[in-house]
Amino acid sequence: MTRTSLALVSILALLPRPAAAFCGFYVGEADAKLFNKASQVVLVRDGDRTAISMANDYRGELTKFALVVPVPVVLKRDQIAVGDRALFDHLDAYSAPRLVEYSDENPCEPRPVYPMAAVASVRGGMMEDKKGESAEKALGVKIEAKYTVGEYDILILSATQSDGLETWLRQNGYHIPAGASAALAPYIKQKLKFFVAKVNLKEQLKTGSANLRPIQFAYEDARYMLPIRLGMINADGPQDLIVYALTRKGRVETANYRNIKLPSDAEVPEYVAKVFPDFYKAMFAKSVADADRTAVFTEYSWDMGWCDPCAAQPLSNDELRKLGVWWLDEGQNPSGGRWGGGGVPVRVTRLHVRYDAEHFPEDLVFQQTADTANFQGRFVMRHPWRGAMSCAGADDYRRTTRERQSREAETLAKLTGWDLKDVRSKIDWIGGSSEDGDKTWYKNIFH
Amino acid sequence: MVQEHLPLIGPRDPRVFQLLFLGSLLAAGLAWRGLCVTPAQIALTFAAALLTQALFLRALGLGDVGYQSALISALSVSLLLRSDTLWVHPLSAAVAMAGKFLLRARGKHLFNPANLGVVFGLLATGHAWCSPAQWGHDVMLAAWIVLLGATVVRRAERSDVSWAFLAFYAALAFLRVAYLGQRPAVFWHQFENGSLLLFSFFMISDPRTIPDSRAGRVALAALAALLAFGWQFAFYRQNGLFYALFLLTPLTALFDAWKPAPRHAWDRSAPLPAAAR
Repeated sequence: MTRTSLALVSILALLPRPAAAFCGFYVGEADAKLFNKASQVVLVRDGDRTAISMANDYRGELTKFALVVPVPVVLKRDQIAVGDRALFDHLDAYSAPRLVEYSDENPCEPRPVYPMAAVASVRGGMMEDKKGESAEKALGVKIEAKYTVGEYDILILSATQSDGLETWLRQNGYHIPAGASAALAPYIKQKLKFFVAKVNLKEQLKTGSANLRPIQFAYEDARYMLPIRLGMINADGPQDLIVYALTRKGRVETANYRNIKLPSDAEVPEYVAKVFPDFYKAMFAKSVADADRTAVFTEYSWDMGWCDPCAAQPLSNDELRKLGVWWLDEGQNPSGGRWGGGGVPVRVTRLHVRYDAEHFPEDLVFQQTADTANFQGRFVMRHPWRGAMSCAGADDYRRTTRERQSREAETLAKLTGWDLKDVRSKIDWIGGSSEDGDKTWYKNIFH
Repeated sequence: MVQEHLPLIGPRDPRVFQLLFLGSLLAAGLAWRGLCVTPAQIALTFAAALLTQALFLRALGLGDVGYQSALISALSVSLLLRSDTLWVHPLSAAVAMAGKFLLRARGKHLFNPANLGVVFGLLATGHAWCSPAQWGHDVMLAAWIVLLGATVVRRAERSDVSWAFLAFYAALAFLRVAYLGQRPAVFWHQFENGSLLLFSFFMISDPRTIPDSRAGRVALAALAALLAFGWQFAFYRQNGLFYALFLLTPLTALFDAWKPAPRHAWDRSAPLPAAAR
């Protein structure tokens, strides 16, 4: 190693990294269940320890609800819990793509600029599950454990043959689609167990709620993955999965699929505020298609201690603990201090994947990177000054603003695949409609 | 013997081809794949690699033996390593080049420079990672075709180790997929991996770090494939390729003792001074 290059290195290491400052506050969000075939999973990981929470918005007959998840070990009773749906909603709101809003000042009264910011955000969706019912016996299937946790009756099964397992599940009233054994086989060969849950109606009544709570479980295993292949058996199209990966420090990405960051910081027309959920849906669909349907999208990666701008406040330590973050009490970070030095030793990476059997042949394998740079899916809109203007610069302002509006229209069309003409027709052009503007194009050229 | 290995097309020194390929891959990654490496990181990587090479050449009085190896290492480090800092890339590149001069045994390098740089980055800096699947299906397919084609056409002298490694690795991957009853698509999906490609053709094939005899090279390739595969699919860890080679190349002396064979030279028409090899 050379002295010169080391000197160079240490100078660079001392340079502060640019901080993305933002002056803003949160005013609203689109409470939309956008992706109606979406699952949401909180995946907490540190070392070889994993805590998973799976939320579902199951609205069908409770007797038909069933969940089959391959797990690496036979889970003990206290490795399983039911969680709180509200925590998913909070995490969703905190990490959702957001729209921030700035208003131009009157160009004729220059003042220091304090941009007012408004935010809209969009949120993830619902979960699809498999169905099931009673019990009996079939070849090669062993009930390793049996628990009732909250409103769920849970079995941990091991199996030696996929046909046997499929038959067993079917005989026991789980509505397993044809061909399930082919999807089950690789998991059996890898010696994975099967976490099978259905609703215990008696216990469900006691909860007094129509909704099923998320299921949580924790285990220690080197595998850092989410099995998605089983869910594809009965899918009649692509499904959405939103993974909130919580780690101590670094961003999480998939190790076996391309990771792409959601388009961010693009300036879009004002009217997007009214159609932000539609915008997000279209933009996501376009991004997926542009990436040949084979990519995983990073929508957010941020230190849980703060946000800027905040679509929702960060989760409290208590909320994080309930989601399975077990390392918060490890002797550091004496209470409070969220905004001060150090922050919370939790990073959330929000990954959004739209998968189908053809384009996602393997389960998702994750890795925690060393990346601590913050990222958010953020879109910007700027309101032109529409009040009275009486100064020499006013015409100039109108012209540059129209140019900006034009650029925003193009950006929007490009991001979403929407028709540019249609987009332009919806824009509230400064100085009148688009046509008027075109007619007076000559107004500014000789000045 | 020498005649046999002359390439059908292209320059005599295979490293010129390597530079062109790696350079194009980096350009393609930046243009179409939003490769997560910044121009500043790349520039610093090159500066550090070239500077380190120059300083050692001067210090050891080796004169002008060229900078191909520094350029190849800088490209490899830029292609493989990711970091959220500016210092990891140049530091790793400097370590890669320094290792070439400092970590030697019997006139050979203990480690392939880029391999050393990547492993150093991953283990020692706390700010590096690799994103092997970042390339996607189309770019990877094109890259595999170009490389496989080129090794055939150029009859590269040490390409046996690349082919052997790929054959062993593919066989293991295929057997696993068949055993698990997964679809063939899973097998192909596992090759859409930038690390695997760069590893096979630019790391394990480095004649300065692998055995002189064909038998030795094939044995090394088999061990590397087994280790890398086990790392990934039995122990469920990432970056097994790099760790496998890192552990194995220091054993090259043993392979050479087992099966001695003539030493490699980049360009047989212009032999290098021994210490620069």
